[in-house]
Amino acid sequence: MSDLHLFDALGVARAVQSGEIRATEVVEAALRRIAALDPTVNAFTDVTAARARARAEALDAARARGEALGPLAGAPFAVKNLFDVAGLPTRAGSRINRERPPSAADSPLITRLEGAGAILLGALNMGEYAYDFTGENAHDGASRNPHDIAHMTGGSSGGSGGAVAGGLATIALGSDTNGSIRVPSSFCGIFGLKPTYGRLTRAGSFPFVASFDHLGPLARSVADLAASYDAMQGPDAADHAQIRRPLEPTLAGLEAGARGLRIATLGGYFARGGDAAAFAAVETAAKALGAKRQVELPEAARARAAAYLITMTEGGALHMDRLRERAADFDPDTRDRLIAGAMLPGAWMVKAQKFRSWFAARVAEVFRDVDVLIAPATPCRAPRIGQRTFVFDGKEMLLRPNIGVFTQPISFAGLPVVAAPLWTAGETLPIAVQIIAAPWREDLALRVACELERSGVASAPVAGAA
Amino acid sequence: MSSQAQFDAEALISASLPLLGLTLSPESRAVVKLHLETAEAMSRLVREFALPDEAEPAPVFTPVGPS
Repeated sequence: MSDLHLFDALGVARAVQSGEIRATEVVEAALRRIAALDPTVNAFTDVTAARARARAEALDAARARGEALGPLAGAPFAVKNLFDVAGLPTRAGSRINRERPPSAADSPLITRLEGAGAILLGALNMGEYAYDFTGENAHDGASRNPHDIAHMTGGSSGGSGGAVAGGLATIALGSDTNGSIRVPSSFCGIFGLKPTYGRLTRAGSFPFVASFDHLGPLARSVADLAASYDAMQGPDAADHAQIRRPLEPTLAGLEAGARGLRIATLGGYFARGGDAAAFAAVETAAKALGAKRQVELPEAARARAAAYLITMTEGGALHMDRLRERAADFDPDTRDRLIAGAMLPGAWMVKAQKFRSWFAARVAEVFRDVDVLIAPATPCRAPRIGQRTFVFDGKEMLLRPNIGVFTQPISFAGLPVVAAPLWTAGETLPIAVQIIAAPWREDLALRVACELERSGVASAPVAGAA
Repeated sequence: MSSQAQFDAEALISASLPLLGLTLSPESRAVVKLHLETAEAMSRLVREFALPDEAEPAPVFTPVGPS
């Protein structure tokens, strides 16, 4: 079967479960594709080939014994290299952390995906310590966008975007503090889910900003997002920010699509400053969904500012000792932002955290009258690798800190979001919309993304296969 | 409430470096200054927003009992 890289995770699982293909064949095909394409897209920093082969053989043996296989049986996946992978140092995109001893155990989210039958292929490139929206990395080289390798993947989950868009993995796990799942989804043209803050355990991952860190999946179909997210839910006492919720599976409910949902676009802050393509994508999605209302999130610019300050402060504090002792081993772009963060007054941080409570309460009021909000994911399509500035709201601004201008206020409120990619005829690169729901309503964001996918408005083709 | 004109990033850097045990090259110092000026502008948006003394910060501590 020569087109295995075009299968989504559930497609692979169906073929493996039915015996149409063996898991060992899936893994060998994935390893061949990585060998062929990764020298160009630079998504992987570690390929766990022996582990993947052993896992595939075990799955094939289990099927031969007549055992039932999991819902993601044989689906090859990979993880941003801030997830602990047994036997690998958790480098978190840094030079410094790769000196750490190899992890003794996998992140629980890896364990849960493997429990559903998925097969880990390796660890993925990322921006240093996740303080990045570009996908560039001073130590491992830039992740390259499979749709045009001269362009950024976005970050900080850059390798996660590149691996999925390039057909090197069906699913990738990433982290999203201010937009690091949603930005690569937009630039690379794939679907990404940032769950509600506190939903999925973050244990076994290297932190950045405890107040905002989320983990979640990136994939080429909404059903794969839902299936992997469902497999990763569940309590874990090791993450004290995780909020106890019952398991709330989403896959079976996707078929309902947007039926009966009150959908609005976000105006004000979310309707100005970016390129026309960002707002055209929102308009296209809104039209397809019949969303005629526009609402505003009050004080969104202040929300973004508060997120910015908390990120700087917590990031600077996390890395204080390394900044003092290993300054020369940082990417200078990361280091100097972290140093500035370490200098900020505590009073600014506390006010920002108080504002977060105020903002979350106002956002909750907005969701009394609406179920799902649509907003741009990024202010532009993927910039060229190495680009330092861009024009936003008529002004030339630094690119790296500002790509997340539309994603930051949403994660600040902890809301679940699906990034869904849209394509324009004549354009090589996509741009995504954010599909935003109230806390704990990942199901609604996924349903609306599914509606856009089903109607052909959003899609995530493997690069070169469209 | 301070204004942009009153914010002296150089003075903050000079005071903070020994306190934090950090050193900066001239090139990095210029970049840190730029980041501090951006942060100060962001902080004005947050500081100027009136909230009562009773406003609770978002993080809530959960005491841990014996298991």
